[in-house]
Amino acid sequence: MATLRFTVNGKARSVDTPGDRPLLDVLREDFKLTGVKYGCGEGQCRACTVLINGRAAPSCITPVRAAGGKSITTIEGLSNGEALHPVQQAFADEGALQCGYCTPGMILTATALLERTPHPTPEQIVEGMNGNLCRCCGYPRIIAAVQRAAGHRPALREGTNGE
Amino acid sequence: MNDQPFLSEPVEPERHELREEPGYVFQLDRRSFLQFAGAGLLISVLAPEASAQRGAAGTGTLESRLHLGEDGFITVLAGKVEEGQGPRTEIAMAAAEELRVPVERIRVLLADTDLVPNDGITAGSRTTPATIPAVRKAAAAARELLIQTAARRWNAAPEMLELRAGVVTRKGASGALSYAGLAGSEELAKAFQSAPAPEGKLTPLKDWQTLGRPRLRIDAREFVTGSHVFPSDIQRPGMLYGCVLRPPALGATLEYVDLVKIQSLPGVAGVHDGYFVGCAAPTSWAARQAIKTLAGTAQWKTTDQPSSTGLFEYLKQHPVSGGQPRVQIKGSVEEGLKSASRRLKAAYQAAYIQHAPMEPRAAVAEWRDGQLSVWTGTSNPFAVRDQLAKVFQLPPHSVRVIVPDMGGGFGGKHTAEAAFEAARLAREAGKPVSVRWTRAEEFMWAYSRPAGLIEIEAGLDDKDQLLVWDFANYNSGAAAIVSPYRSPHARTRYVECDSPLRQGSYRALASTANNFARECFMDELAAAAGAEPLEFRLAHIDNTRLRDVLVAATDRFGWRERRGKKKPGTGAGLACGTEKGSYVAACVEVSVDPATGAPRLLEICQAYECGAILNPAGLKQQVEGAIIQGLGAALREELQFENGKLLNGSFARYRVPRFKDVPKITLEFLDRKDLEPVGAGETPIIAVAPAMANAMFAAAGERVRSMPLRAKGTKS
Ligand code: FES
Ligand code: FES
Repeated sequence: MATLRFTVNGKARSVDTPGDRPLLDVLREDFKLTGVKYGCGEGQCRACTVLINGRAAPSCITPVRAAGGKSITTIEGLSNGEALHPVQQAFADEGALQCGYCTPGMILTATALLERTPHPTPEQIVEGMNGNLCRCCGYPRIIAAVQRAAGHRPALREGTNGE
Repeated sequence: MNDQPFLSEPVEPERHELREEPGYVFQLDRRSFLQFAGAGLLISVLAPEASAQRGAAGTGTLESRLHLGEDGFITVLAGKVEEGQGPRTEIAMAAAEELRVPVERIRVLLADTDLVPNDGITAGSRTTPATIPAVRKAAAAARELLIQTAARRWNAAPEMLELRAGVVTRKGASGALSYAGLAGSEELAKAFQSAPAPEGKLTPLKDWQTLGRPRLRIDAREFVTGSHVFPSDIQRPGMLYGCVLRPPALGATLEYVDLVKIQSLPGVAGVHDGYFVGCAAPTSWAARQAIKTLAGTAQWKTTDQPSSTGLFEYLKQHPVSGGQPRVQIKGSVEEGLKSASRRLKAAYQAAYIQHAPMEPRAAVAEWRDGQLSVWTGTSNPFAVRDQLAKVFQLPPHSVRVIVPDMGGGFGGKHTAEAAFEAARLAREAGKPVSVRWTRAEEFMWAYSRPAGLIEIEAGLDDKDQLLVWDFANYNSGAAAIVSPYRSPHARTRYVECDSPLRQGSYRALASTANNFARECFMDELAAAAGAEPLEFRLAHIDNTRLRDVLVAATDRFGWRERRGKKKPGTGAGLACGTEKGSYVAACVEVSVDPATGAPRLLEICQAYECGAILNPAGLKQQVEGAIIQGLGAALREELQFENGKLLNGSFARYRVPRFKDVPKITLEFLDRKDLEPVGAGETPIIAVAPAMANAMFAAAGERVRSMPLRAKGTKS
C-alpha cells in the first residue's frame, strides 16, 4: 500500500492502494471515471488512453505508482463545462463513432496528436492514431474528424455517396 | 455422404444464428460455497429503493410501444439492442417521420425486459424489415389518433386539419392540439390500452421528410464526453468486482481447488459450485490476485484436443454424428458432369475468427428480495432473461435484463456468459457484482466464427456456359450457400461438423465463406473458359438487382480500362454477392509483397443496394465498417490453437485492422425507392475477400484459396 497523490482533471486527488495496480483500475473503480475504457490490458488498443502531463498514455499498462505527482486528464475532464473540446465537437459533427467504445481513447489520442502537430498531413494522422483500435472499423470517419478538428474540413458532406 | 435429394429442405440461414443453452449448471447450495471475513463488506446494505415495476406494459397495445409525455417528448420502446449498428437513431427517425415531429423530440428506450416489447434477438438484419415497420405503424396510429381527437373536439372534418411539428391546427380557425395535449387524455388511455393496437397508415416513401435523409447518431454527445454508461461501466451501491477461474485448456475439467487459500483476503467472497469457481472482491485487482492464488491450487483433468494444423481434414472427417447433410438439387449433377466439355474442381478454406468487439463481455448482477436484475451486453435480452430464470430457478418475471448500448457485438454476443457469472457471484456475496471479461478471456472463451471447408466442382458446356455446379460446405454454415449464377444442374450441400472450437454467429454468418469460395471459383472458371470475369458473371446472372450493383461498381471503378493496364506487383479483382435481400459488388486494387506474398488492399470501390435507404449517414458507416472489418478476415485474422490452447489470443498476436490498413474507399449506393428497406449491417462484408483473392491472382498469377489470404509457402 502506498499513498499516491496526483491531479485528476484539474483536481488534487490521493489514493491508498497497491502501487502495482493499473492506473486504469484506479480511475474507473476508485474515482468512478468510467469514460476510461478497458479494451485489452496489453497496450495494444488504446481504448484506455489518458493524458499524463499532456501526453497520451495507455492507462492499462501504467502502474498507478508511475502516475504519482503527475497531472492526469481523462475524457471527463477534456471539455470545459457545457462547451465541447474542439476534438470532441469534431467527432460528434463527423459522426465518427459507431458503438462509441473506442471514442474516448481516440479523442484523447487525437488531442495529444494535434497538440504536437496542429496541422497534420493525412499520413501523420494515420501514423499518430495507428495504436488505437476501432473494432467497428470506423477509421475513415475518425480520420475525417481529426482533419476537421485541425480545421482542415469544412462542413459534413451530405448525400449518400462516398468520397 | 447422403446423395439422395431432399429438395423440400431449403437451407434457411436464420437457423444458424447461435441459439445456445447456457453452459452453467449451479447447485445453488450454500454448503458448497465459502464466504469469508472482512465480512462487514458482505452484509447487504443496499438502500431500499422503490422496486422497479415488473413486466412490460401489456404486449400488443400501443402503450407497449409508445409513450406520449406531457413534456412534449415521445418515448419509443423497442426490444432491440444498440451495439453500434444504428437502431437507436433509425427507430427515432422512423417514429419522427410518422408522428410528424422533429427527431429531437423522440426518446428511444431499448432492451429492458421489464419495460419494452419483446422484439426478439438483434440479429439477421431484422431490425430494418421487422422492427422499423412495427414502430412506424404504432407511430402512425398515434398520429391518426391525434388528428381524430382534434377533429372530434372541434367538430371539424379531418381534411380541414393540419399536423405540423407535432401540433394539429385548423385551417382558418383557432385551436391547437399537440401530442403533449393528448397525453393524459381519456381518448389516449382508451386507444392505448386496446389490444391489438390500432395500426396507422404509413407515410409513403415519396413524402418522407425524416427517413431517407442522413442523420448521425442521435446521442453522440454522450459518447464524446465519456458519459455514456456501457455495460462494463455500470456502478451499483456496494458493488464488488468478480473474477472467474478459467480452465487451462479447452476440455479441461476441474478436479480440485482449495478455496481456503483466499480465506484471509479482506472482503473477498469465493464460490465453488460444480465446475464454476469464482470470487468477488472490492477491486478487480484484488479479485484477480485471489483467482491467481486459487489457480495455483487447482488441479485439472485434460483431454486431447484437435489443433488448427490439420483442421480442415479434421472437419471433413467429423460430420456431426447422426446428422444428415442438407441438400438442394436441381437437375442431375452426375449427368451434367458427364456431358460437360470442361470440368474444374477446387477447395477453399476459411479460418476460425473472433469477433473481438471492443468491449469484452460484461455484466452487473444485483439481487434484491429474491429478484434478479442484470445489466449486460447481449443481443438477446429476453432469451437471456428466460435462461437466467431457469438456471437460478426463478419465475421469468423475477428477472430483469437491461442492455445498455454496448461496445460492439458483430454477432458475437448472442449469449451472456458474464451475466450468469455475475449473478452467481452476487448471490453469494449478497452485493451487486460486476464481471468484466478480459481480452484474453474473450479470445479464448467467447464463441468464434466457424471455420469452413468448401469444395466446388463445376462443368461448362461447349459454349463455355455453366452446365453443372456442385457445392459442398463443411461446417461454416448455409447462409448465401445457393449460387445466384444460372446452371441447369446444381447441387448444394451443407454438412454440419463437430467443431473443435465453440462457434456461433458472426456478422453475415457463413455468407462470407460461401461467397468467398463461389466468387473465387467463378474467376477460375472464367479463366478456364478464356472469358473476362465480369462478362462471365453477367452471362450467368438472371437477377437484375445483382446485375445492377455489378455494373455500378465496375463502371465507377473503371473496371474495363483498369483491368487492362497493369502496374507491376498490383492487380484488380472483383466479386459480387447477395444475402438477406441486399446486393453488393466490389472492385479492388491489391498489391502483393514480392517477399512475403502478403496482399495489401490499395483501393476498393463497392456498390450496394438494400432497397429504399432509411438513413444514408448510418448506411455509409455500416458499409465502410463492414468493408474494413471484412478486410481483417481477408488479411490476417485466424485463431491458432494447439491441443486445447489458443496460441494467439491477444491483440498483439491476433491482428485486427488498424488505421494503416484502410484503403481508398469509394461507395456507390443504389437507392431503390420502389423497394422495401432491408437491413444493411451484414451483407456489405461479403465481397471484399474474394475480390482481393481475385486481384492477387491478377497481380501474382497464383490462386489463393484460403481466408486469410496467403500466397503458397508464406506464413501469417
Ligand atoms: S486497454 Fe489499454 S491499450 Fe488496450
Ligand atoms: S466505434 Fe465501436 S470500437 Fe470504435
